[in-house]
Amino acid sequence: MDETDRRLLKALVRDAGQSTGVLGKRLGLSQPATWRRIKRLEEAGAIRGRQLRLDAEKLGFGVTVFLGVKLALRGRVSLDDFERAVTAIPEVQTVEHVLGLYDYRLRVVARDLPDFERVLRRRIMTLPGAGEVEANVLLSEERLAGPL
Amino acid sequence: MLDDADRRLLRYWQAEPTLSQGELAERAGMTTGRAVRRIARMQELGIVRGVGAVIDWAALGYAVEVSLRITLDKTQGNAFDAFMAEARKVPEVIELQTFLGRVDVRLSIIARDMAHYQQIYRASILTLPHISEIEALMHVARIKTSAGLPL
Repeated sequence: MDETDRRLLKALVRDAGQSTGVLGKRLGLSQPATWRRIKRLEEAGAIRGRQLRLDAEKLGFGVTVFLGVKLALRGRVSLDDFERAVTAIPEVQTVEHVLGLYDYRLRVVARDLPDFERVLRRRIMTLPGAGEVEANVLLSEERLAGPL
Repeated sequence: MLDDADRRLLRYWQAEPTLSQGELAERAGMTTGRAVRRIARMQELGIVRGVGAVIDWAALGYAVEVSLRITLDKTQGNAFDAFMAEARKVPEVIELQTFLGRVDVRLSIIARDMAHYQQIYRASILTLPHISEIEALMHVARIKTSAGLPL
């Protein structure tokens, strides 16, 4: 990966919707050269995919909560069962398996706090193997470019 | 503000962000013209911000991802702002979130390996201002990623 690839990746993270022609012009590349580089980055797995960015609040989802979940009976619960059940909850946006104070980290969206409480009580607390749960309400979020 | 047709468009688009407007229209069962107008309106309203690429840091050689949950010393008046401003300067920080709860701030950090992580942690994290407590969660696997909103 060279400097141009890094700049290309950065530009694609910001906006993957622009045409390769426009993108190339900004980076001083021809349209076919831009296309080839994107293709190569995709094949190398550097680009995991593309994501539609929506304004959650404008769509009525005013609350985002991160939950740290500890499994109750380590060893006796099936991780597969827990993962399958938690993945199926529509309000759960991401599930990460972590090592440390908690076993799983979930990102949950809800319309408001009463709606979140409903999701927590009916969906999360009833998950197979769910033990201790810690909730932190998201106030602000920034995604940075990273070491590119 | 949004009707069922708008939501349908967003649902299909969320599931497959690389679809063209024509393909989206077809899936959502409407003419391309209608879909294009609806999408343009949602962009104007700021509901749709755009489509962005998602980087796979592991594929770029960053095998380690650690989530640092940080509590700040709130007796310092400008603790939040001072901390955030310095944290933004650390290149390996890819996400910065603030919370209401037991944790004040969370940083996502990537590193090439554990030795690299240790180096970042000592040189760039422990030197950030106004930290009173740090807890680390080491990332093992992504089970569900960016599923989008339950529209």
